[in-house]
Amino acid sequence: MLTQGTKKRDIPFLKKQAKLVRVEILKMLTLAGSGHTGGSLSAADIVTALYFSKMRYKPDDPGWKERDRFILSKGHAAPLLYAVLAMAGYFDRSVLKTLRKLGSPLQGHPCSRVLPGVEISTGSLGQGLSVSNGIAIGLKMDNLSSRVYCLLGDGETQEGQVWEAAMTAAHYKLDNLCAIVDLNGLQIDGPVSKVKAIEPVASKWSAFGWNVIDIDGHDIKEILEALDEAETVKGRPSLILAHTIKGKGVSFFEGKVEYHGISPTPEELKKALEEMGVHG
Amino acid sequence: MAKEIQNTGIKTNTNAIATRDAYGEALLELGKKRKDIVVLDADLSGSTKTGKFAKAFPDRFFNIGIAEQDMIGTAAGLALSGKLPFASTFAVFETGRAWEQVRQTICYSNLNVKLVATHGGISVGEDGASHQATEDIALMRVLPNMTVIVPADAFETRLVIHAIADYCGPVYVRLGRSNVPAVMPGDYKFSIGKGYTFSTGKDVNIVAMGIMVSIALEAARILTMEGIQTGVINMSTVKPLDTKTLLRVAKACGLVVTAEEHSIVGGLGGAVSEFLSETHPVHVLRIGLKDAFGCSGRPEELMKHYGLTAEDIVRTVKETLKQLRVTSHK
Repeated sequence: MLTQGTKKRDIPFLKKQAKLVRVEILKMLTLAGSGHTGGSLSAADIVTALYFSKMRYKPDDPGWKERDRFILSKGHAAPLLYAVLAMAGYFDRSVLKTLRKLGSPLQGHPCSRVLPGVEISTGSLGQGLSVSNGIAIGLKMDNLSSRVYCLLGDGETQEGQVWEAAMTAAHYKLDNLCAIVDLNGLQIDGPVSKVKAIEPVASKWSAFGWNVIDIDGHDIKEILEALDEAETVKGRPSLILAHTIKGKGVSFFEGKVEYHGISPTPEELKKALEEMGVHG
Repeated sequence: MAKEIQNTGIKTNTNAIATRDAYGEALLELGKKRKDIVVLDADLSGSTKTGKFAKAFPDRFFNIGIAEQDMIGTAAGLALSGKLPFASTFAVFETGRAWEQVRQTICYSNLNVKLVATHGGISVGEDGASHQATEDIALMRVLPNMTVIVPADAFETRLVIHAIADYCGPVYVRLGRSNVPAVMPGDYKFSIGKGYTFSTGKDVNIVAMGIMVSIALEAARILTMEGIQTGVINMSTVKPLDTKTLLRVAKACGLVVTAEEHSIVGGLGGAVSEFLSETHPVHVLRIGLKDAFGCSGRPEELMKHYGLTAEDIVRTVKETLKQLRVTSHK
């Protein structure tokens, strides 16, 4: 099964998909009883646009050489990746119920050894961009046109390794790489601006040699246009600065730092689904 | 080259070659043979000897600059795209600075990345403790999926580099800066996880790794001359440990000695003690750095300073045997 282009520019479809992704995230987190709600919801539109429109891949052949790669550097958004992979057909949706349970391939943070579709184990922040660089270099060596997408958290960019990798990507002119920063403004201990400010984000990345694209990270059309633009830029990597809202999609989770690392209660799930017009 | 030899000289043997030099040559051979080999370095390619590969195969060499953590991640990515990456820098940075990257990205995902680090141990010399890895074996040995190898001489290094290229999975290889004499016989075949027994002693057996193998051989020669039957085992694979050989030599004697240019905590001495204490409790004497950092000095001075010469081993073994006799007569 090849998903490329099938739903290329069907914005209403993608919006619906993003909502379903959010529903799966909320359901699996509630069943798990723990996990990262806020950052999974904030990046849901971005990852939906990638998997259900932009990226080429074959769920029945996860190792397909010509696939586009997605690296979830902010590994705590695992529920988002799991929801999307299940909906894309990598594994049965019923597996989502096993999140964080003993013996489950859905580890608390993604583990590539146990789950097809996960390119590399992540969870310890700051490491995904270096891995993405390595993949991008390898693809270029093999003259493959596949692209590499790497999703980072905004708080994550406080890690020094991110900037080592940012320098490497520019030095090696990795124009087949597109990093996306989920700029939701919150990290565990509070607002990113209070914990340790990362602004000015755009000029930092452009000073490191990246093509920077600033967008609303919840606008599917803008996301797709940014991904397209990134593909046309040659000689340097692109960075999409996606302005998002933590907990997006559930009014009482939005912008709430306390929902960074906790899961919804069954009551909250019920309320959330009602609000979203979904029957549980 | 002449300057290099002058500066070092653990032993001035005509066959003395640093294991890092053998690595540079082996990489070149492999590079010609296999197109999937890529090499990464962190601004030390002249010292680690990956510079030779870089010159011959510029398209397959990636200098990541002074950014070891990024180098490890990039190597992981290259492995994911089907390449066979060798990532090199000094052992202290490869295993210390980038330890968590090695843990999370290489070992947890069980990627086919070869970490070949040079400048292991105090024989680094004048640069001092900041550049002398004396805990790298402990740091790598504790990681699941990791294989840990410390070749004894240039010949074994070449065999090791070829062997790990054919093995799938993470490997850490510790090499040295200083020249080491050739100790392995010409017909020696290396295989991962297999120790080499030079001789088995009925009184003492010295289990050594890296440059300590040649020193252990000298110590065993002296001890045997003095009537203490001493054997030597080159335990170049520290993980997985050759427990079969270890058990055999432990059963043959009353004292097992470990010799390493590394802390006595967590390295070869640790590995041997862990295994023997559970399976065949026998007295183990650990020769190595006694929970201390190295310091500046000429390599041979440092070996003396930290009690790692053949004479030190002879003296300590005799003292230990004496104590053991006193204890057994009580």
